[in-house]
Amino acid sequence: MKSEPRRLVYNEPTWLDTLAAWLLALLWVLPLVYAFWTAFHPAEYSTRFDLTAPLGIDNFRRAWAAAPFARYFFNTTVLVVMILAVQLVLGTLAAYAFARYRFPGRNVAFALVLVQLMIMPDILVVENYKTMARLGLVDTLLAIGLPYFASAFAIFLLRQTFLGIPKELDEAARVEGASAMQVLWRVYVPLAKPVYTAFALVSVSFHWNNFLWPLIVTNSPNARPLTVGLQVFSSVDQGVDWSIITAATIMTSAPLLVAFLLFQRQFVQSFMRAGIK
Amino acid sequence: MRNRAAVHAWLMLLPALVLLVGFTHWPAVSTLFDSFHSTPRGGRPAVWVGLENYQVMASDPVFWKAVRNNLIFASATIPASIGLALLMALWVNERIAGRAFLRMAYFTPTVLPMIAVANIWLFFYTPQYGLLEQITGALGLPSHNWLGSPSTALGAVTVVAIWKEAGFFMIFYLAALQTLNPSLREAAAIEGASRWYFFRRVQWPLLMPTTLFVLVNAFINAFRMVDHLFVMTRGGPDNASILLLYHLYEVGFSFWDTAYASAITVVLVVVLAGIALFQFFVLDKRVHYK
Repeated sequence: MKSEPRRLVYNEPTWLDTLAAWLLALLWVLPLVYAFWTAFHPAEYSTRFDLTAPLGIDNFRRAWAAAPFARYFFNTTVLVVMILAVQLVLGTLAAYAFARYRFPGRNVAFALVLVQLMIMPDILVVENYKTMARLGLVDTLLAIGLPYFASAFAIFLLRQTFLGIPKELDEAARVEGASAMQVLWRVYVPLAKPVYTAFALVSVSFHWNNFLWPLIVTNSPNARPLTVGLQVFSSVDQGVDWSIITAATIMTSAPLLVAFLLFQRQFVQSFMRAGIK
Repeated sequence: MRNRAAVHAWLMLLPALVLLVGFTHWPAVSTLFDSFHSTPRGGRPAVWVGLENYQVMASDPVFWKAVRNNLIFASATIPASIGLALLMALWVNERIAGRAFLRMAYFTPTVLPMIAVANIWLFFYTPQYGLLEQITGALGLPSHNWLGSPSTALGAVTVVAIWKEAGFFMIFYLAALQTLNPSLREAAAIEGASRWYFFRRVQWPLLMPTTLFVLVNAFINAFRMVDHLFVMTRGGPDNASILLLYHLYEVGFSFWDTAYASAITVVLVVVLAGIALFQFFVLDKRVHYK
């Protein structure tokens, strides 16, 4: 009986831990809180911390009007949805082939897929730019998405998941007369749902935030995603108005940030799932 | 029957493989090819120049500066972000006051675009107006242009990278900690092991696979993460904060010397492939507690 309270206390964080953890957390959110302060207050308060300062979304309105952010939002949304859709379709087909078929060249093909895990498209920008120029795709959304359509990560993740699905289910469905595609669609895909969600969240947040390749392959607002638009907007050196730039910054990150705050658990679990493999 | 299945399988693989070959394997090979040729300009096509691009590289002071900076950047961001991630995970894994808030605070930087993060920190670092200046000013310290002076620019962008990454790695540690058997802790309590001892002898060894996974990712990111440079320093002042991939971008897309840029790409590919092979052949063989 006596050891009971001791065990509960054992290894529990002390007040010192709590203090340190909170200090680190406050330090961590400080730049963000500061950005929010600046974005929601008139410029003259951006460096004066006065609790009575008037709040407002004027900065957002002015940022929205100062650059084609509506277009950027549209581009990023289309881009992210397009990439995810293609990644899922191609990834599912390839993963199914690797998981449930024995065919000559399978190991070589799988090794070829894994190569992309180490040499990502992010590095091969010079050659990929040349390819896009040859295809006449420079400054299109398709050009931003193409190098990412076949995702080794998606194939790998789904293959692992499919391998874990009992073969008996597959065979039972075949006995019923289902074709390979029907089995894939009716048996494998539904059972892998959590993995699809996980991959979707990781892919969407990666491509919503991706910058270097879109910067290289676009040169007009027509195809620019939000990140590039934001960079172009904030690097114009005509009398930097910090409150507007900060408002634009928050605006572009808002959808992911809100989604994250609403679905924190799913986000965290998805990133875990995707990382553990 | 067997043949038909093989044809089916290859048909399912085909779209993904074509794209992979087109945008990963082919560019990787042609990068190597191009790095031995001159940059085609105007009407002059590329000609074989052997190792000339690599000789240019060897005598390019900016390249060496970028290599040096990248090594410093890596050796600061990797241990710092992993250490902080572990600390965060250990805290958030316990019943600590305000756990949900803490977890959110640590993880939030991860979901923000690096460009947005860079904007926020740029303002944070701004001389005179920035929050940092206001804090140091209130403490009576002299004003300092963190991003504008060669001695602190690299450090300033390194801090941003750590801030962005630590919460991401925390997730993997947290996941691993939650799978540890609770009876280990009970046993340690009965034995009267100190907290530090429990961490060093039980948690840390069991977290080893996670640490290695995170380590490889941190390594790759150290050579891939350059977005913030575009906003914060543009590699400056005087190349003080330039990193390899940024240098590659400048050579390839500001100076349009694509042949030399290909040579730099080859270096980056070799670095990344080296990390991957090291992971595959050394780490995966050595460490398995699963």
